[in-house]
Amino acid sequence: MAERKYDWAAIAQNPKFVELHHKKQAFLFGWWIFSSVYYFLLPIGAAYAPGLFKVKMIGVINFGYVFALSQFFVSWGLALYYAHVANKDFDRLTKELIDELHL
Amino acid sequence: MTFKKLIIAASLTLTVAAAAFAEEPKAAVPAPGSAPVAAAPATPGAPVVAAPGAAMPTPAAAPAPVEKKKVTLKANRVITLSMFAVIIGITMSVVVWAAKQTKSAADFYAAGGGITGTQNGWAIAGDYMSAASFLGISGLISLYGYDGFMYSVGWLVAYITVLLIVAEPCRNAGKYTLGDILSFRTDPKPVRAFAAISTVAVSTFYLTAQMVGAGKLMALLVGVPYKTAIIGVGILMVGYVVFGGMTATTWVQIIKAGLLMSGAFLLSFLVLLKCNFNIFAFFQTIVDSPDIQDHVSKLVLKDGVTLNGADAGQRFLEPGLFLKNPLDQISLGMALVLGTAGMPHILMRFFTVPTAQAARKSVIIAMFIIGGFYVLTTLLGFGAAINLTPQGIISVDPGGNMATLILAQTMGAEIAPIFGDIFLAFLCSVAFATILAVVSGLVLAASAAIAHDIYVNVIKDGHADQHEQVMAARITSLVVGVVGIMIGLMAEKANVAHLVALAFAVASSGNLPVVVLSLFWRKFNTAGVISGLLVGTIASIGLVMVSPNMTYPKTVAAGAKKVVAALEKKQAALPPGATLSEKDTKALAKAKVDEQLTGTSMMGLEKPLFTLKNPGIISIPLGFFAAILGALMFPSKRAEEMFDEVYVRQNTGLGMAKAIDH
Repeated sequence: MAERKYDWAAIAQNPKFVELHHKKQAFLFGWWIFSSVYYFLLPIGAAYAPGLFKVKMIGVINFGYVFALSQFFVSWGLALYYAHVANKDFDRLTKELIDELHL
Repeated sequence: MTFKKLIIAASLTLTVAAAAFAEEPKAAVPAPGSAPVAAAPATPGAPVVAAPGAAMPTPAAAPAPVEKKKVTLKANRVITLSMFAVIIGITMSVVVWAAKQTKSAADFYAAGGGITGTQNGWAIAGDYMSAASFLGISGLISLYGYDGFMYSVGWLVAYITVLLIVAEPCRNAGKYTLGDILSFRTDPKPVRAFAAISTVAVSTFYLTAQMVGAGKLMALLVGVPYKTAIIGVGILMVGYVVFGGMTATTWVQIIKAGLLMSGAFLLSFLVLLKCNFNIFAFFQTIVDSPDIQDHVSKLVLKDGVTLNGADAGQRFLEPGLFLKNPLDQISLGMALVLGTAGMPHILMRFFTVPTAQAARKSVIIAMFIIGGFYVLTTLLGFGAAINLTPQGIISVDPGGNMATLILAQTMGAEIAPIFGDIFLAFLCSVAFATILAVVSGLVLAASAAIAHDIYVNVIKDGHADQHEQVMAARITSLVVGVVGIMIGLMAEKANVAHLVALAFAVASSGNLPVVVLSLFWRKFNTAGVISGLLVGTIASIGLVMVSPNMTYPKTVAAGAKKVVAALEKKQAALPPGATLSEKDTKALAKAKVDEQLTGTSMMGLEKPLFTLKNPGIISIPLGFFAAILGALMFPSKRAEEMFDEVYVRQNTGLGMAKAIDH
């Protein structure tokens, strides 16, 4: 298979690519930082705010348990949200860019 | 072709040989208590697992509350071994089928890119969840409640990093290995060599822990001797990888994940059935259980706290019974969140799917499987605490690793005794499949690094035809597998508890910084990759070597002294004529021997220099710092110019998979 030669620098300057790059970077690193902060609140909170973790919420189920369980739902929610944005926005921009280049 | 026939004949021979090994009739009595699942990721930060006798109050030592039922674990050998045979049979037919399809290097390392997103999602889950996730975490929950659950969270959150940062760029910019990603715009030979060394190091640490754990687990479950178990598992592992390459490994992992999830669902269903699917009543039962209350009272008494009754029961749902050093938890969390994304065997899975979209889908599916499994694990762990009592679980294994299995036997037997045997046998075979799936993935990753990076690209300058590449891959896998078996055989008595932590530390401090910087930083270059890999890896290993993970004879002696004092006091308090229980007498004899221990750790230290078990909090920043500093000190114009290409490729997938033909 002969590989098609691309002018990478030119593609990198293409406004469509610049838009894709900015949107992606903001989304990926922003949400990555959010999820990390949310995660580290768990061990930090368990160690330094035990009083809060003991607060009973429903019957004997306490805040600590609900918070730990919420980590799962936050991770899943973020994963689905990312899939939604990537399928809708990032993939569309990528496709538009590739169509433009092949024209 | 005769070669192909040979392969098939050989794999069949291996099946028979493995079956023979597995069924070698030797009535080794399972030694309860002496065999923690050392492979457990549950072990980083798990002093109990490393030193069971000293850390745990034995149930006998407790003035036992009403001894309701005797907790035992006895697998029915006939049923268990038949189920093993079925698993071996199915996976071996997969191997024969996969071997026919494995013709090129791309077939061997990446299943020809022909795995779908959904399949890959299941395979990632199968690759990732070791026997430790399966047995260790539910065991922790059954003994320490909340802390076990909290511990499991990081293993899922880790996939956010994989999803957002590495999966799609790696699919777009890589080919078969970590070396492919890192060598793109750098000087390929040294970079590939270092990447291969780091891959082999991470995989070996992880593999050793898995092999030793596998041997001990199999010895405990079906009573085969440790060495037989290692050789049996090793032969199967080599068979899968050498003949079936990535295709067979993937399917073994998919089958395992399916079995694991079925087992977890079925057992959770039985646990919930007992409380009529009322989750609030379930938690109320935990708090009200006199056995759990008694267990917690004893745990907190060691910290000088007195708790009784419902307060003690409630304490089981609060943090701090097991994970006592917050800094260590944060450090472990960092290693998980960044290390998973730097694990070569996980990265490699993304090369098996055709597109970035499929890679994305596969991570999301894996996240639902893995997360769902850990949520079910809570039910299993708490269910074990309620139905078996922590005291009963400890009497079988002080680390709690057998909790899930005993639970399966007990819950099944409540329906019908034979069902208990069948269910236990099923979960034993899940554990068996789990071990096979994880070790195969590791062997494949290590062999790919040696064969593809070092042999094909460094030694042969990339000039090797497909046939030679596949042969090199097969021979390397055979060698890696045999070395893995040998290490497993030699490490039977070794302290391997720290090796999983070490693997994650190296992956997070060595691999992850250089992968991220290669993908996202224009100024990154050869010097950066090498200094990052070197410093991150050496810092992790160095810190673990001087950490509390190592054995310090004087610390052991000090612990033993306390045990001797406590037991002698107990003996003195006994009414005249009475003697200590057999268990206590044994513990006393052992403690009296340990008391005499003296000397230093492997590194010649009397006590740890670094007080955390997980080095991530220091080694990860060091790895990043070294990588950045190295790149800035030796700038490379070519690497900077090529950044546009890397960046466009990883974002768009243009020129994919031909990435290294530049």
